[in-house]
Amino acid sequence: MTVNTWFAEKMGNHGIHSTYLEDHHPAHMPCLEIRLIDWSSAAQLARQLDMRFTALWAAEGGKHDEHLRYAYMVFAHPKHRHVMLRAALRENEPAVSSISEHFIAAMRMERVIQEMFAIEVSGIPDPRPWLKHEHWPADAHPLCGDFAADTVMPRCPGEYPFIKAEGSGVYEIPVGPVHAGIIEPGHFRFLAVGEHILNLEQRLGYTHKGIEKRLQGQQAEQAIHLASRASGDMTVAFGWAFARAVEAAAGVVIPARASALRAILCERERMANHIGDIGAICNDASFAFMHAQMQRLREDMARLHKQLFGHRLLMDLIKPGGVSVDLNAEQNLLLRQQTSALAIEVESLRSIYADHSGMQERVIGSGPVSLEEAISIGMTGYAGRASGIYVDERVEEAYPPYDRLNVRIPEGRDGDVATRVWVRFEEIAESARLIETLLGDLPDDDLCSAWQAPDAGVSGLACIESWRGEIVCWVRFGNQGRIDRCTLHDPSEVNWLGLELAVRHVPLPDFPLNNKSFNCSYSGNDL
Amino acid sequence: MLRILKKALFTGVKSEVLAEAGEQIETVGPELEAAIKKRFRGSLAIRAVDAGSCNGCELEIHATNNCYYDIERYGIHFTASPRFADMLLVTGPVTRNMETALIMTYEAMPKPSLVVAMGDCAANCGVFGKNNYAIAGAVADIIPVDVVIHGCPPEPTDIIRGILTAISRT
Repeated sequence: MTVNTWFAEKMGNHGIHSTYLEDHHPAHMPCLEIRLIDWSSAAQLARQLDMRFTALWAAEGGKHDEHLRYAYMVFAHPKHRHVMLRAALRENEPAVSSISEHFIAAMRMERVIQEMFAIEVSGIPDPRPWLKHEHWPADAHPLCGDFAADTVMPRCPGEYPFIKAEGSGVYEIPVGPVHAGIIEPGHFRFLAVGEHILNLEQRLGYTHKGIEKRLQGQQAEQAIHLASRASGDMTVAFGWAFARAVEAAAGVVIPARASALRAILCERERMANHIGDIGAICNDASFAFMHAQMQRLREDMARLHKQLFGHRLLMDLIKPGGVSVDLNAEQNLLLRQQTSALAIEVESLRSIYADHSGMQERVIGSGPVSLEEAISIGMTGYAGRASGIYVDERVEEAYPPYDRLNVRIPEGRDGDVATRVWVRFEEIAESARLIETLLGDLPDDDLCSAWQAPDAGVSGLACIESWRGEIVCWVRFGNQGRIDRCTLHDPSEVNWLGLELAVRHVPLPDFPLNNKSFNCSYSGNDL
Repeated sequence: MLRILKKALFTGVKSEVLAEAGEQIETVGPELEAAIKKRFRGSLAIRAVDAGSCNGCELEIHATNNCYYDIERYGIHFTASPRFADMLLVTGPVTRNMETALIMTYEAMPKPSLVVAMGDCAANCGVFGKNNYAIAGAVADIIPVDVVIHGCPPEPTDIIRGILTAISRT
């Protein structure tokens, strides 16, 4: 494959020198090394070229440069695809300049490299720790090489400074980390006036499980179990992203049947989560009928998954090199029949939902995110599509098998709860269509290619469109096929900001409705 | 409205008549109901706490509320406050960042209380592992546990069976 030199040339025109790194794959998503001094101007250039920001992280050096620390950032252009930039940091006082003024979504990731690697991010608008809670020791930087994975950290005194508001009638409502329902933990600090939300501040990190540290030293076959549990409701997509990253690094091409099966699983996951969430959104507006119906459909899906694949939520079916499940003709038919029957039932329920004035009253116009705001944070997935950002890796990257499918993207405009629900209804229908197409023409070859880990120092990048949006996964190998550094980026990292924007001026009782319409992952954010 | 009624009518009753369901839920249901009637005056209130799970377990707890399992018909309901909860259903390995919140939730419950650790992570930290700087331990390392439900994640019938086991012990 030819090397993608587009961004390198653009940078060259602006006096930013870059070096192409040979040991990174795939070549159309190149890794370019730039000088530290150009870090912020490269981000500025990406902004000017209408690229979107997808991820930022740091890593210690690999086999040949262990003493160094690097910062990485990834941008994507609709036509010219992804580019990874990396810069070596100074050895003694590692520091990098913030790119938050160009891409505000980078800020929480900068907060993470600050606390995890002891890298100073200069000019960061909000330097507070993010995943590292107040009771951690100040000198604990878990992703540094000299921090043992099994360190038992003492509990230290400390306090997290929340945003305050002054003025008469403004009051604070702290919510969580233990929420009122059966959901993941996180803290929300509302500043409210009367019934209306003035500001929502999110405090996450409660489910931080040290996943990136724990991935280090594992073999890919073992690590995929952990990577696919970054967020349990996106287990297929995370498994796929991880598998694709290690396959890119190792130069393993998977059989067409395996990629078709992966897509079938991923689209089923998309359908199941959209169906469940639409029900839950209706439940938050007290439309219990829709909730009951949607949960029934979701359970039907889970039961068939158990019957066909042995797991209700489709965990651990993807492995490096391929998949571990297959469908025979009879199973194929079962899956097709259920998928088309589900699509028909969802459509009939959709008309009931659309005609229900009480429901529509709650969702139309609630929690709008304008296109400008959505672009400014780089919102992704169905939330982005509801606001007018029609980015979809299944179309842009068109990784197999989507290269032979014509994925239709619903184009929303209003960016409110109603549009987010509308996009999800559309995506259910589209996923059903894709599944039927894939099942109707399942390639007849192997389920798995032989897996062979690459040499030390080789890395791979993959971007997969999960039901929430784009997942970014980067893996670098070390000795004996062990993973030396792996980073996972959940779309929620960006979309959580969308929720903060959406709920300004929304009445407090409509918060759950908005929260559910985004349904960001806590676990995927906290890792 | 007519369409809602029509849909509801044609969907029919999906709650599995326990004797016909065939699998584990068959025997669990009536026993559970009897135990709740006897020991909890017909109502068992559960507070679910995610102490750091991947959210897979939460999906399956939600499933126990769907029309097939309909856990409410036995008198079980999930409550928003630990203050009036009889049982704490904990998922996930307990992360260091959730340790305090879990202990506070447990202490806020009226005693005697029951604790069910649900899922492999709650049982033994699962894939995330005990020797992990970010993990405080399995649930039993933090608060007293009555029953452990294994599985990644446990299926709804296993959850219902685990709840029954816990209340049968009181």
